[in-house]
Amino acid sequence: MSHGHAPGGKAARRRFDSTAVILGGVVFVAAWQALVWLGGYEPYLLPGPLVVARRFLDAWLDGTIAPHAAATLTEILIGFAFGAGAALLVGMLLARSHFAERVLSPYLVAAQATPILAIAPLIALWFGTGLLSKVLIAALIVFFPVAIATMVGIRSVDRRLVEMARAFRATRWQLVRQVEVPAALPAILGGMRVGVTLAVIGAIIGEWAGGERGLGVLINLARGSLFDTPLLFATLATIALIGIVLYLVVVAVERRMVGARG
Amino acid sequence: MPSPTPDRAPVRQRANASRPARPETGDRPLASIDVADLARSFPTASGTPLVALDGVAFDVPERQVVAIVGPNGCGKSTLLRLVGGLLRADRGTVRLDGTPVSGPDPRIGFVFQEPRLLPWLDAAANVGFPLELAGRTVPQRLDRAGHLLELVGLADFAGARPHQLSGGMRQRVAIARALALEPSVLLLDEPFSALDALTRERFGVELLRIWGETATTILIVTHSVREAIFLADRVLVLSARPGRVVADVPVMLPRPRRLSMVDTVAVSRIAAVIRSHLAGAADEPAPEEAWGLQPAPQASGAQDPLEGVGVPAWFDPFGREGGA
Repeated sequence: MSHGHAPGGKAARRRFDSTAVILGGVVFVAAWQALVWLGGYEPYLLPGPLVVARRFLDAWLDGTIAPHAAATLTEILIGFAFGAGAALLVGMLLARSHFAERVLSPYLVAAQATPILAIAPLIALWFGTGLLSKVLIAALIVFFPVAIATMVGIRSVDRRLVEMARAFRATRWQLVRQVEVPAALPAILGGMRVGVTLAVIGAIIGEWAGGERGLGVLINLARGSLFDTPLLFATLATIALIGIVLYLVVVAVERRMVGARG
Repeated sequence: MPSPTPDRAPVRQRANASRPARPETGDRPLASIDVADLARSFPTASGTPLVALDGVAFDVPERQVVAIVGPNGCGKSTLLRLVGGLLRADRGTVRLDGTPVSGPDPRIGFVFQEPRLLPWLDAAANVGFPLELAGRTVPQRLDRAGHLLELVGLADFAGARPHQLSGGMRQRVAIARALALEPSVLLLDEPFSALDALTRERFGVELLRIWGETATTILIVTHSVREAIFLADRVLVLSARPGRVVADVPVMLPRPRRLSMVDTVAVSRIAAVIRSHLAGAADEPAPEEAWGLQPAPQASGAQDPLEGVGVPAWFDPFGREGGA
């Protein structure tokens, strides 16, 4: 049946998809507004979408959000880079050696199972409330999904490709760099999709544990001292947008690097 | 066995005499293969090792095409991997032109049963992959890959990804890749088994043309007796496990080979000889026999032209039992 599509089938399908996305957004906003109207909530409890949208624009235009967003984005990107980079190396080691997996995996799982919220104050205590502690927390939370995805990805590389490369005299390093990692790339990037959204959470939690700047700090300000719930919502929307954009960037990288394999 | 050097020269002369169309290879070395007393077993869950090969010995003079046939699971692929240095032998040696093979060797090009192309590289980069591993520059790689793709008839597909190519085209790319480092020996492990019957026949012709243009020594594993005869100068028959060479059948067909030769009596006769050895080795009848052709009796050669020729079971006017 898959051959039976009309020539324009793909484009039509894409048009349908984006219509559905927009429709979904409209339904979400309408339900939100309906809830506010029907419940009669005050804006400090649950502001409606219009109120939040206006506050969002104002706060961006008057420079309330931008410096905080920039700080958080920096933490996310550096944290993700370090966390994913380390995870890639450890994942490769785990894939190669069952011994390493046996020895290390209890700690990896324990580190992941311990709530990052509980670890964050400790890290802030040790490394201060500057950029470093936030980067560490973000890196820590990114590490696990990327390391596991890398390990599984490399373990499931087609052994026949490895034998082929060996037949053409690939060295150990060439085997890793030119066969195993590219072949495991779809799995690794899948782990990074999860990892990049977690990095956002890590940065916010790091800011809560102590800091002067960042969207997490702004949330605390809006809720506590300013008592500006619409600004709180605008900040949450900013965080969500950052998460979505970073996720889409990883997806785009994935499309570019893996999409052409068919 | 006499030392390999004295009897190599006449072989080369004979080869040149009978194949005048062969191009000069310049300073490219040719290689003969010497396999002596090769044995290999694999550990199993039950503890008793599985002996795949035991005491395999044969040699292939340079530029010859030798096919290996044998029942399923007799260790044909293991043998090829031992020759190619992808597996280590428990006992025995493999020599290329007198030098032992101890690991993957640049003098050897390997073609596997599946194309085994890297899906993220285009055809040219796949062909150039061995050159990339060997540290050649990009222009060198592209230049050589272009030549080789032309040799296998895919000059227009250099930029195509594997998933855009048909199964046959992918296997051509794999053959071109095997030739990238200018090997003097090509090892092919059932390279056509994933292709349909018609493509397969064409590929046989194609392989011989490539062989003619590259002057390599070829060792090919196949499970098609006719394909073996069509391609090879000699057909080695392996026994069931533990595999060893039970017959070395010469194929006295003129070159260049033509597809029309496959249907001649001469080929049938050679096929019958090979099948008689296979029948002795296999536990189950070969498919042809299952279709109502009588299994050929144990023949020790081709003394009697009718001996061993597959005759339908229902057509036996000579009363084979008493006739011979």
